[in-house]
Amino acid sequence: MLIVAISITGVINRCRALLAGRKGLPFFQHIYNVRLLLRKGAVYSTTTTALFRIAPAVYLGSAIVAMLFIPVADLYPLISFEGDVICFAYLLALGRFSLILAAMDTGSSFEGMGASREALYGALIEPAIMIGFATLAMFCGYTSLADIFAHEQSFNLHLTIVMLLTAYLFIKIAFVESGRVPVDDPRTHLELTMIHEVMCLDYCGVDMAMIQIAGWLKTASISMLAANAIAATGCFHWWFATPLAILLTGLSVGIVESTQARNKLVRNTTFIVTISALAALIFFIGYLLQLNINI
Amino acid sequence: MNYYITNNTATQAVAIKDIPEVDYAALYDDLKERLKQEQYHVAHYFATPDENRLMFYIVLLDDKEHQIMLARFAMEYYDDIALPSLTALHPAMHPYEREIAELYNVKFGSMPWDKPLRFSENRRNRNSTIDNYPFYTIEGESLHEVNVGPIHAGIIEPGAFRFICDGEKVLHLEIALGYQHRGVETEFTSTDNRLRQTLLAESIAGDSAIAHTSAFAATIERLTDTAVSDSLATERIVALELERMAMHIADTGALSMDVGYQLGQVACEALRTMTINTTQAWCGNRFGKGLIRPCGTNKPLTKEKIDMILANVEQIGRRYAEVSDDIKSSPTLLSRFEHCGIVPRSEMLRIGGVGMAARASGLVRDIRSSHPWGKYATETKHESISQHDGDVMSRLMMRCDEVQQSVARIKSLLEGYTPETSSARPDYECALKSEHLSFGLIEGWRGEICHVALTNSEGKISTYKVKEPSLHNWLALALAVRGEGISDFPICNKSFNLSYCGHDL
Repeated sequence: MLIVAISITGVINRCRALLAGRKGLPFFQHIYNVRLLLRKGAVYSTTTTALFRIAPAVYLGSAIVAMLFIPVADLYPLISFEGDVICFAYLLALGRFSLILAAMDTGSSFEGMGASREALYGALIEPAIMIGFATLAMFCGYTSLADIFAHEQSFNLHLTIVMLLTAYLFIKIAFVESGRVPVDDPRTHLELTMIHEVMCLDYCGVDMAMIQIAGWLKTASISMLAANAIAATGCFHWWFATPLAILLTGLSVGIVESTQARNKLVRNTTFIVTISALAALIFFIGYLLQLNINI
Repeated sequence: MNYYITNNTATQAVAIKDIPEVDYAALYDDLKERLKQEQYHVAHYFATPDENRLMFYIVLLDDKEHQIMLARFAMEYYDDIALPSLTALHPAMHPYEREIAELYNVKFGSMPWDKPLRFSENRRNRNSTIDNYPFYTIEGESLHEVNVGPIHAGIIEPGAFRFICDGEKVLHLEIALGYQHRGVETEFTSTDNRLRQTLLAESIAGDSAIAHTSAFAATIERLTDTAVSDSLATERIVALELERMAMHIADTGALSMDVGYQLGQVACEALRTMTINTTQAWCGNRFGKGLIRPCGTNKPLTKEKIDMILANVEQIGRRYAEVSDDIKSSPTLLSRFEHCGIVPRSEMLRIGGVGMAARASGLVRDIRSSHPWGKYATETKHESISQHDGDVMSRLMMRCDEVQQSVARIKSLLEGYTPETSSARPDYECALKSEHLSFGLIEGWRGEICHVALTNSEGKISTYKVKEPSLHNWLALALAVRGEGISDFPICNKSFNLSYCGHDL
């Protein structure tokens, strides 16, 4: 799981550099950057309160705990209980909530704008995540991530269809959750267009490192979900699911970021609601397939 | 009313006493009517102390008749009467009247936007400082203000932007400039060293070094009665078009970057490097500094250099055409650029927009065709390109098309061109005619650049005035973002790519 978290950013950077015809960053450059940040102290704005200092810890903590719920194909997750899918979704929400509060705490107009955008998109993407989990839960009859994937190893057509569709859904969610093009652009220097980045403007040093690590973990968790869904259709082994998770997100983000422009900000809502609609559609398909209706 | 009439191919400066001195009331009445017609616009309007009087000069352009019309009027230096404001009728006059008011405390009656222009070091009211710029405010429950700058993220110049927003939507943007003020115009008069003055002209705005130096050289050559040789005229146009290509390509790349379109960005960055490297291979500086010199050149074109320029320009034109086709056929890019940051033609006309941005709105202001000089006057007539929507896409299309036009112009000038064996060296020593007014009017890549010099009885430059197209077009940017999402401001801004230092001087 950690390997996934560390590698995805590397693969994205490689892929982008390749498509741009450049030599590109060293594969582990982002790790070096974070190591550098971890060695630095932090400077806090005088307008901020304790809330601002706690937020990165909460953000990272929630991401770590959320990650622990995710199985890596046949490897059982560290924490698992009935209904942990809900817990997973809301841990992500908790992390987002803490960061939004911290951004508002700085009193900067940029960060306020970023926070309001993040809150809107967070609220819009939530139905997609929940319906995605609901599809899996309904189809498999379990409400724990570990059980959902562990018990569906036999090949059958219906399962394959639903799992592949769900995998697609989760990759799309990964785009939104990790703030990549076309929703957000992590590379931009323009505060006015930022969403996630602008909320971290006032952070530096250790706090910034925590936020970045948490971002990797979130992306890794969601892409691992997608990889699990694909692996469940055939080759349910950790050595298949891990590179799959890396490549799925890494390549798709890398290619999209190189060849596409960002959405206009007002179109992002449409984009995200479409993901939710897609989730609902997949749920419906799953329901029909489960009823064994011959389509 | 009487004007002194000349044009941009004139080789001689105008004796100040030949410029009719008129009454402000007559000038006001005349301009009031003339500026209603699209063919007229003011290229420069400034005041300068003349013994115990304040002398006002106006340079009016007639695009249709290709004429440059000059007039002047005077008022007592300490007169306290208010002149009726032309800005109230024609907002295009605002930068000139604001500058005059700021420098000499001249009052303009019913001036609608009575704010300092750039906080010059020689402003009259020392208490008005940039730190307490009187920003416009609107009260409202649902409104909030966002201040950007003066220090920006990214490597750009300083300028304060104050947005008044309703949620994500921008209701109003006000731009406060002056942070880059260096006192360029007074520097010109504080030295008689012609080389130093040339270097000053080169550093008015780094991205238009060639255009500004060309305007300076034209001003000086008119004051010294120097005829520009055929080869020198060719070289200057080639340099100017190379600069235009480089900046247009760079802006295409920057627009791609701002919407996160990596392929366009890296392709344009590579092409821009190739263009400025061509300039470097010619004159040793990527921005063409050292290339344009009054009355001659240190870097004459040779056969090898001509072949190199032709080969590079051909390749850049072909590769840039591919990039612009990609941009035009990419739906994600079109959805970002189209219907974004619209400045309608009527607004552009009202605020006196010039150059490429005005042509993108369908308002054809192009010195190359309306007041041709040098090779534009003698070779094939320049056909201005224009668009009509006035959105970010139109300004991008302007760039795509103008680059190809520049490529064609450079090719037509250089193909079959044989360089002269000995070309004139720059002359920094020759005396200027005394008590004359001279001007340089050039279409830089951003728009019309107008330099005006006045000489005193000793033949020294007593007043030097510079006008950059950005002076007019900053207001166009403020209008473009009205009603747009605040997150679209960066691409609107990039689509104009205006100069801070050219405005602040």
